[in-house]
Amino acid sequence: MKRPTLLFTLLGILTLGLFIVDLAVGSVAIPLGEVWAALTGGACDPTTSDIILKIRLMKAITAVLAGAALAASGLEMQTLFRNPLAGPYVLGISSGASLGVALFLLGAPLLGISGHSFVQSLGIAGAAWIGSAVVLAVVMIVSRRIKDIMVILILGMMFGSGISSVVEILQYLSNEAALKSFVIWTMGSLGDVTAGQLKLLLPVVAAGLILAVAVIKPLNLLLLGENYARTMGLNIPRTRSLIFLSTVLLAGTVTAFCGPVGFIGLAVPHLARMLFASADHRVLMPASMLVGAALLLVCDLAAKSLALPINTITALLGIPVVIIVVIRNRSIF
Amino acid sequence: MSILLNDITLRYGQRILLEGVSTSFPQASLTALIGRNGTGKSTLLRAIAGLGPASGTVELCGRPLAALSARERATTLSFVTTDKVRIANLACEEVVAFGRAPYTDWIGHLQEEDRTIVERSLQLVGMESFARKTMDRMSDGECQRVMIARALAQDTPIILLDEPTAFLDLPNRYALALLLRKLAHEERKCILFSTHDLDIALSLCDTIALLDTPHLHHLPAGEMVRSGLIERLFAGENLQFDPQHRSVRMRQG
Repeated sequence: MKRPTLLFTLLGILTLGLFIVDLAVGSVAIPLGEVWAALTGGACDPTTSDIILKIRLMKAITAVLAGAALAASGLEMQTLFRNPLAGPYVLGISSGASLGVALFLLGAPLLGISGHSFVQSLGIAGAAWIGSAVVLAVVMIVSRRIKDIMVILILGMMFGSGISSVVEILQYLSNEAALKSFVIWTMGSLGDVTAGQLKLLLPVVAAGLILAVAVIKPLNLLLLGENYARTMGLNIPRTRSLIFLSTVLLAGTVTAFCGPVGFIGLAVPHLARMLFASADHRVLMPASMLVGAALLLVCDLAAKSLALPINTITALLGIPVVIIVVIRNRSIF
Repeated sequence: MSILLNDITLRYGQRILLEGVSTSFPQASLTALIGRNGTGKSTLLRAIAGLGPASGTVELCGRPLAALSARERATTLSFVTTDKVRIANLACEEVVAFGRAPYTDWIGHLQEEDRTIVERSLQLVGMESFARKTMDRMSDGECQRVMIARALAQDTPIILLDEPTAFLDLPNRYALALLLRKLAHEERKCILFSTHDLDIALSLCDTIALLDTPHLHHLPAGEMVRSGLIERLFAGENLQFDPQHRSVRMRQG
């Protein structure tokens, strides 16, 4: 078997295994046999079946979707900006989504808007899309004028800080109930995603991933730089729009429902490059999605066992990768 | 005519670089574009490639550039820019295969014919043994050859190159210019490249296009030597052009 095929097979098996283990682990440990029975509709205690199908399955599916989504958008950002340290979190796109959600969660009660839970979910998602789209648009416009990769990173950090101050002001002005729902949101959790929210999360993330797959060839051409890509027939404005849309759908939606989850988008494409020793997006895109899904399942397992917010775990795993990338400073672009 | 320029005016900001230039470049010819720094060699190449603005009309293989779709442009003209391409984990043959982009499907899958062309392109530039090597571990001359192979794989009647001999040592400069000459004559390409290597340009190219703001003098190499235009290029500097030896030297005393 060729190396990529073998790696994809192994990664697939690993992700599936982690998925099953993730269903078994939690406040009540459920033996793997019963997990399997609940999933396949075999003989099983109804309470156990409820825990698996109604709670943990949602959570595990969310972890897979969020991991794949953040990794895919991170890969798109790194190639588009020709910057190995780019990612939805670092560039401030997740912060933009946070501001959108903050305005919605803290602002809507002030205006007396509250509604059905699906309307609420759609509101959170919509606010996150708008927030991430605004930040991404600014980052893209600035990157057209200033080619220095550090400037874009610093800009992303400024966005992050600026937005957190605005959010703090909003918190200060808010009532207790709204504040509570917002604080819980910021901790970043895969567990709060309900079946209703999943109905929105699943198709939107799927659409974002399909777009990410559709730009595989443009991303490959962009490796050589914009001039080369143009002379090879690439429609740059169209490609930028597709990547923009894909990233907003992926990073914005995940941030809306899971809170800000850092470093997955930055670290996973590097892990995929190291594993597959490739720069070809036909390999890197599916590889990043798979590694992202597996890694977020691992993070979820760790978060559950240690009772920590998921964001803490992803930062602990992601920061060493950032340091390795900075130290090795290999020419990825 | 492969490239036809009709009443081209080029500006860089407010400054006029070229005014009302009309000339043409036939197929199976190698042309060097020479001129002092900042006279607009790159700007002219970019305008011909459709990457930058110019007033007037550019025709490629008989059709106006403005009327060509992105794909039609990509199958008519390829461009080797000054951008450095050094990507870890990206093999030479993958870079060359990107040249097939205008012909491949949505995900860039290579057909048997594409593979043959990629292989042949690497052979033409003498880099077939580097196919599996990655470009982050190669010399400038080797990288330049791979980028030319990529342009060949794009299979276009016109190839433009922006300072392909910069950063190369003397033997590599000659080797590269000889390669371009061979490709122009044997593969019947119209090749236009900018350079500062006067002696290489005058001894190996069919025609010379000299940028002398705001004019473009385009003459066969021999006529260019006798025209006195090159002497004018260095007027006021402590340099002298020797038409007999086709070389430049410091003025004595």
